[in-house]
Amino acid sequence: MEPLPYVSTTNACKLCGPLGACLAFRGVEGAVPMLHGSQGCATYMRRYIISHFREPMDIASSALGEKHAVYGGGANLKQGLKNVMTKFGARLIGIATTCLTETIGEDVPMIVEEFRREIRRKGGEEPPAFVSVRTPSYSGTHMEGFHGAVRAVVEQLAGEGHAARMLNLLPGFLSPEDLRHLKEILAAFRCAATILPDISMTLDGPALDDYPKIPGGGTPIEDIWRMGGAGATFELGRTLHGDPQSTGKLLKERFEVALHSMGVPIGLRETDTFFGALEQLTGMERSPRFAMERGRLVDSYVDAHKYLFGKRAVVYGEEDLAVGLTAFLAEVGITPVLCATGGRSGRFRSAVEQVTADILPEAPAVGEGMDFRQIEEQAEILSPDIMIGHSKGYSIARKLGIPLVRVGFPIHDRFGGQRTLHVGYRGTQSLLDRIVNGLIEGNQNNSPVGYGYM
Amino acid sequence: MMTAAGSVIFEERKSQIHRKGEKPFDMNCNRESLAGAVSQRACVFCGSRVVLYPIADALHLVHGPIGCAAYTWDIRGALSSGPALHRMSFSTDLQERDIIFGGEEKLYRALIELIDRHRPRAAFVYSTCIVGIIGDDLEAVCRRVSAEKDGIPVLPVQSEGFKGNKREGYSAACKAMFRLVGTGGTEGISPLSVNILGDFNLAGELWIVREYLARIGVETVANITGDGRVEDIMRAHGAALNLVQCSGATMELAQMMKESYGVPFLRVSYFGVEDMAQALYDVAAFFKDRDREIVGRTRALVKDELLKLYPALQEFKKDLCGKKAAIYVGGAFKAFSLVKAFRLLGMKVVLVGSQTGTDQDYRELHEITDRGTIIVDDSNPLELSSFLKEKECDVFVGGVKERPIAYKLGVGFCDHNHERKQPLEGFVGMLNFAKEIHSSVMSPVWRFVPRRKARN
Ligand code: SF4
Ligand code: SF4
Repeated sequence: MEPLPYVSTTNACKLCGPLGACLAFRGVEGAVPMLHGSQGCATYMRRYIISHFREPMDIASSALGEKHAVYGGGANLKQGLKNVMTKFGARLIGIATTCLTETIGEDVPMIVEEFRREIRRKGGEEPPAFVSVRTPSYSGTHMEGFHGAVRAVVEQLAGEGHAARMLNLLPGFLSPEDLRHLKEILAAFRCAATILPDISMTLDGPALDDYPKIPGGGTPIEDIWRMGGAGATFELGRTLHGDPQSTGKLLKERFEVALHSMGVPIGLRETDTFFGALEQLTGMERSPRFAMERGRLVDSYVDAHKYLFGKRAVVYGEEDLAVGLTAFLAEVGITPVLCATGGRSGRFRSAVEQVTADILPEAPAVGEGMDFRQIEEQAEILSPDIMIGHSKGYSIARKLGIPLVRVGFPIHDRFGGQRTLHVGYRGTQSLLDRIVNGLIEGNQNNSPVGYGYM
Repeated sequence: MMTAAGSVIFEERKSQIHRKGEKPFDMNCNRESLAGAVSQRACVFCGSRVVLYPIADALHLVHGPIGCAAYTWDIRGALSSGPALHRMSFSTDLQERDIIFGGEEKLYRALIELIDRHRPRAAFVYSTCIVGIIGDDLEAVCRRVSAEKDGIPVLPVQSEGFKGNKREGYSAACKAMFRLVGTGGTEGISPLSVNILGDFNLAGELWIVREYLARIGVETVANITGDGRVEDIMRAHGAALNLVQCSGATMELAQMMKESYGVPFLRVSYFGVEDMAQALYDVAAFFKDRDREIVGRTRALVKDELLKLYPALQEFKKDLCGKKAAIYVGGAFKAFSLVKAFRLLGMKVVLVGSQTGTDQDYRELHEITDRGTIIVDDSNPLELSSFLKEKECDVFVGGVKERPIAYKLGVGFCDHNHERKQPLEGFVGMLNFAKEIHSSVMSPVWRFVPRRKARN
């Protein structure tokens, strides 16, 4: 299904590039994200991110004004870098451009290089690492920004290194809880891995004695230096497969690190693939704990099947997450009637087809570059039983009177978005329980009888 | 000034912070944000969007790349009693080719499409940073669309983000609205009539104020902009008086209306008992020659409300007496009201700041605060957190961006910004405020947070 060809966008199902870049940079130890642009972008993004994670999210800005827009913002960028270095003690400053600075043609790598030379000339402390990425939002969504920043970090910092870690894990944009779970799995396989980015602590930290200038956690920079020496890279996200810009591909081309591309491990088959790859890499069997989790999951698939078979779902959000969810829904007998995203990677459709081909009689309708108006129009025609995606689909679900199971980012109207588990057998289990309960609750609310035993 | 905060304050910004009693008042404000300082401030576009947002039967189209529109989609608590077009996020979502070839054609087509689809009473078109750079002629496109669509007002809002801070955005919004004022008929408007300027009807607050005004016999012609309607604004020049709250945002409009239409204005605030009562008394005083009974009616109303309110407040006050509060909000007038409201609850204000105050505002703040109070202009999380710690605050009043700063440090928090879903204006609002402050300060959870544990 092609979305209707509107000129205007209403209620976008995407965010802009620098926001994704800031999230990725926040997952590196000691890093401060900084936007090269005017003040407003940084403030808006902070607010947006804080509302989801309920955590501090400091994003510096070069705070360009009118004269910089005309004469160039190099001096402001340097002053901003200096302030972030001295006040925040950053070990890495991740600089993302904005629409403004891309349009006026700012050469950030050059300005940064100049700045580095200036500091060196003055002597004193060794400057932090600077990583810059181009993120004009008129050519990509927040996910392009996210992956672009991950790639920039690797491109600009990674080397061979000796005491190499076994694995590079590029998880994509998952929740802090997802990352904690992945770490637990890796630990059970005794697999030393570099996870990039790692927002498990930086965007979900403990209560503290003091306001941290930079939150603890994140991928250690020393580990990033050695990513080129790893035994393998796991890159999660099916739409990254075949992306000439993928970070996994970069590591393979530059350092010959074997690349295993796979989907986000949601659902039985995608999670099996992930565990299978780990078993192969480590030569170890999964621990009984995970075998048991898998067994319980299959058992609950059976328990739940009558609630789910033939139910129609609209799935939307970031491409790779939507693909993972679609893979899972197909397994439990739900028909995804529409898989929608605001992204335009060009690889979403084929990824959806890959994960549904052997299980659904026909591939679900897929919408790329969609906004919520288009999703709503389609949903009205398709009459789904449930919607699965982030908070911004709420008004549609409310209008249709169907449950919305909240996953991904942003979760602005519920508590605990940062602790939502989506991946692994356990994440799939919790998704399954929430979906079944959502449907049961919907039936209960609409039932004239008020059954207390469903 | 050797304090815990000393090490985190930027040299360039020291003049934007003042501690009452240390030296004569002298403070810088209304400057550009400092690069790299993680300012809590926003941009010109943000200012315009805040002011115009609640006009519920207008189309609000953001001309620019997607972010600017996406981040402002339905994030505010401004309620409407009818149409709710304002809660949608419309954007031209500029793409690479529009940047190269110009976005005017896309803007034109988007406007036509959206006007046909939603039949709004007017359209506001916001320009963002990038539009300022590629130089699209908004004015021309708007004129063309207006001509083609039966003369519906299509108003460009010159809000390129980089052209300053929020204040310039307020000004751009006022200029756009002023083009509407005076274009409607004024027949049938009562001689005792006002426009409410600078209230955004968060959680229905404006309805509370309108009800008070109605009770003392005053008609409200236009709500500018909470629960706003284009038609009301068009006839707003027929009102006898403008009431200006949130002066930063709408003072300019009031001034323009005074110059062009001779409508006088009063500065008011509806937060806290004192200011709410004062606002009503001022209105009554203004109209007392036209209606001799209005003063009496107003007194009766205030008395009535206070009789209901005070006993309830006393309960909260018992617990709150002596606790310490910090304030960091968008507008200076709101800050004044909050200082007084905290005093009414027996609390001490130890920090007060505004992102957009003027020199005059800060002087007034300096007047009404206690010795030792920290007064700040533009600030950032590091500074704010060091102040909170230094002053050992019990509660912090701010917006969403300030919340995690408070919570990380184990300090209570009250959202007093555009996202609130709880009315805080009027006498009933004071009660809500007291309730919220009480539940923030008295919650047992603070016993378990590391920083406060060390203190106890
Ligand atoms: S600073 Fe410019 S680009 Fe950024 S949000 Fe404001 S208007 Fe949009
Ligand atoms: S100008 Fe670009 S970078 Fe800034 S908020 Fe808008 S879309 Fe995002």
